[in-house]
Amino acid sequence: MLPAHVQDRRAPGAGLQPGVVTDERAARRTLREQIARLERELADAFVTAFPMGGLPQPVAAGGHPRLLSLGELEVVRDDLAQRLGEARLTIAERADDQAEKRLILERMLLAPADYRFVRISCRELGEPGCGVWQVRPRMGLIGMLMGWWQVKLSSGCPLPGGHGAG
Amino acid sequence: MDPVVRAEFPGLRLRWVTVPAPPGDSPPELVGRLRELSNRYRGGGVVTMRTKPVPQAFRAFFRQIGLDPDVRRIPSEKVAVARLLQGGFRSVDRIADSCLVALIETGVPVWALDAERVAEAELGIRISGEHATGSLVVGDGEGVCCILFEDPLPGWAVGPRTRRVTLFALAVDGVPEIHVEEALWCAVDLLTG
Repeated sequence: MLPAHVQDRRAPGAGLQPGVVTDERAARRTLREQIARLERELADAFVTAFPMGGLPQPVAAGGHPRLLSLGELEVVRDDLAQRLGEARLTIAERADDQAEKRLILERMLLAPADYRFVRISCRELGEPGCGVWQVRPRMGLIGMLMGWWQVKLSSGCPLPGGHGAG
Repeated sequence: MDPVVRAEFPGLRLRWVTVPAPPGDSPPELVGRLRELSNRYRGGGVVTMRTKPVPQAFRAFFRQIGLDPDVRRIPSEKVAVARLLQGGFRSVDRIADSCLVALIETGVPVWALDAERVAEAELGIRISGEHATGSLVVGDGEGVCCILFEDPLPGWAVGPRTRRVTLFALAVDGVPEIHVEEALWCAVDLLTG
């Protein structure tokens, strides 16, 4: 309960009931602003997550455009906040995975023999293309027997026509 | 504009213009322009589109009126996704193509109504009491022309006998007025030029 002197402070010309309406309008405006801000942040998160495999998309829902009640606006705001939180978590997890893969790649390059036949794709590193880093024996079977290991990067995406095309 | 709608969304605007519209297919220049515009779109650009100010304003507005823009796409994203799926913008007819070019160039959607059917003076955005009750619609004094962000309803839509069209553009809070004017000017120029 607000103190009496605060409750008496109304805008000039405001009646008893209009005061309530004004409060709800302010709340609705604030909620709309929050929704717009969350939408901006979610759009940024979507773009950030796209090269990492994207974000899960919501299931289809019907309905027509309409004026939402205060409660419905709150639901939209809360749903957006939840989706944004989940998106940030997904991005953080995938960024951690990529950092871990980069670390493994560095160790592979330093000591290939310790990571025999390990494969890390460029996509796992958060890089474009279809290349794959792989630890392979130098000179095939001889290298395998002699312990000559090397890290090789495959040449990239396959040709559209398949093997030998182009 | 309905006073309740105006109070809720002060930035929501409806602008329209009525022009003569020769029916028929698009001239080669317009088809060529659509082809050129198709070349502007790449997958990466479509992904980042939602971070641009105008699409972002429409996306936020969609949320505020109970639509999920990831399910029901905003007009500019809808045509961009169609472009990626179809490999290019498809020509329909002169009126539809003019509206499409205006949308692609500005991000502001433009629709065409049969001008003979529309009571222009009373055109506005209101809450429907007859069609899809409670929905936000574009209507005139006689009825609902279309649900907001949807194609015109039969009867108001452009047909083979249409000789004059009322082009209307919808803008929301965050969309500069110059974009709205540009969208209408672009559509009118392509229709009458």
